Amino acid sequence: MNDIALIIPEVTLLAVACATLLVDAFVGRQRPAATFWCAMIGGLVALGELASYVPETVRFAFAGTYRQDVLGAVLKGFILVLVLVSFFYAREYFRKRATPHGEHYSLALFATLGMMLLVSANSLITIYLGLELLSLSLYALVALQRDSVKSSEAAMKYFVLGALASGMLLYGMSILYGVTGTLDLSELLIKVSVSDDKRMLLVFGLVFLLVGIAFKLGVAPFHMWIPDVYEGAATPVTQFIGTAPKLAAFAMALRLLVDGLWGLAEEWHQMLIVLAVLSMGLGNVLAIAQTNLKRMLAYSTIAHMGFMLLGLLSATASGYAASLFYITVYALMSMGAFGVIILLSSRHSEADELADLTGLARRSPWFGFILLILMFSMAGVPPFAGFWAKWFVLKEVVQAHDVWLATVAVLFSLVGAYYYLRVIKIMYFDEPLQPAAIEGGQDIKLVLSVNGLAVLLLGLAPNALMSVCVGATLPYLPWQ
Amino acid sequence: MISLSHYLIVGAALFCLSVAGIFINRKNVIVLLMCIELMLLAVNLNFIAFSHFNQDIAGQVFVFFILTVAAAESAIGLAILVVLFRNRRSINVEDLDTLRG
Repeated sequence: MNDIALIIPEVTLLAVACATLLVDAFVGRQRPAATFWCAMIGGLVALGELASYVPETVRFAFAGTYRQDVLGAVLKGFILVLVLVSFFYAREYFRKRATPHGEHYSLALFATLGMMLLVSANSLITIYLGLELLSLSLYALVALQRDSVKSSEAAMKYFVLGALASGMLLYGMSILYGVTGTLDLSELLIKVSVSDDKRMLLVFGLVFLLVGIAFKLGVAPFHMWIPDVYEGAATPVTQFIGTAPKLAAFAMALRLLVDGLWGLAEEWHQMLIVLAVLSMGLGNVLAIAQTNLKRMLAYSTIAHMGFMLLGLLSATASGYAASLFYITVYALMSMGAFGVIILLSSRHSEADELADLTGLARRSPWFGFILLILMFSMAGVPPFAGFWAKWFVLKEVVQAHDVWLATVAVLFSLVGAYYYLRVIKIMYFDEPLQPAAIEGGQDIKLVLSVNGLAVLLLGLAPNALMSVCVGATLPYLPWQ
Repeated sequence: MISLSHYLIVGAALFCLSVAGIFINRKNVIVLLMCIELMLLAVNLNFIAFSHFNQDIAGQVFVFFILTVAAAESAIGLAILVVLFRNRRSINVEDLDTLRG
């Protein structure tokens, strides 16, 4: 099979992103819906192509810089679904404000293309290019609200810190290249495991690499951008940043650490423990002090990413499967939580303060219930999906004989439960400040309901998703 | 004779300068953009030195990609800077305090 045939979904997505840009430029003013449907239908076509061919074994393309495997196909499928769902929310948000927003879709599609590259990367160059395509699109997305002081400041901070992180990542890559003499991850894997004499240098490069990965995942102590960007960006942009790119960052971590640097597993295991404990602690404790809902969700992201790292650092195939499950479920939950904020927002208010939720259950019992599901799930209460995500990860940690780590994780989750339950208390037991009913299109109400119920259903039948995750990470088994 | 380690020391020194520039600079956002540029160039120096001494062309190919991406990156950085200046009438780093991160 030739190289182009392996990347048909990516080629399609590139064409769709360009077409969306053109459609928006020519007919976007008169018919904003045209841009949305162009992006949506094109995305669905790419998804269909992705589903039509899932390779059974690993296939390489373009002189080994690109790899197509089951993990890649599964991650790309999840990413595309999340992106397309987020378009419905974005359309509702911009419709309420009656602002032109066609660029949002094409920038988001370019970011998606970057994520897909990152997921399938098999060379340091591909990883860097995918990462930059993703990051540059995200910087522009954050800055898209041109007249908002907050979002331009958030974009500047995100840009400077993001560029710093990719500089660190590149420096690490240059060290690895110098020691091993290759940019190819498969060759790197072999050369790293045999070069014992240069281990110090390799570990030196690994540290810089981990800074880049930790920044992308938003793990403490490289989390500084997360609260500011989450608060400053428009809610659909925050929602976009908080969902699909997390999966891409997870893929990047897996490609670099497991596919490339498996020989240094002992070292990165130790470093990831530090990152995981720090971010679980910092995220959960600081989230308590927040009054802004988006900011609270930002710190909750940091905590969740720390928890997700626990599965990754167990360095077994089932651990990666648990992490993949965790991060997918997390993306679904945060999609829904930001979706509720978008639904509540109106032309003049972002509805992103905790106070805006007061008495939500009386204003709209159904969406109060949806947010209740999401918050319980994030807190890790059974029978919701978030509980199983935590359960699978903790099981792996205990099996790897890191019982103290599991204890720490559970303790910090208990701290975290406080602020999720506070949201529920505000929603159900406080008198509504404004008794007005919720305004919103039928489509977003339907999407949000499905999103919330999916979290409930995945909680009742976690094995459906878990078996997909196990299948995707199965090729990693022989290395244990 | 200039050896590999000479190049690496220059690269590391430039890299440290740029990181220090990003953290110490409190005055001007444009200086931040310059520091970012310098950082990427330091990495490029590393790559080219390794590429030359390892007799492997891949490192130089990587450098071309980094240069291209760096150009795109500074274009976006300057665009954000213009937006920021229009909204705030200032590009002083200390004035970026609406968000308390």
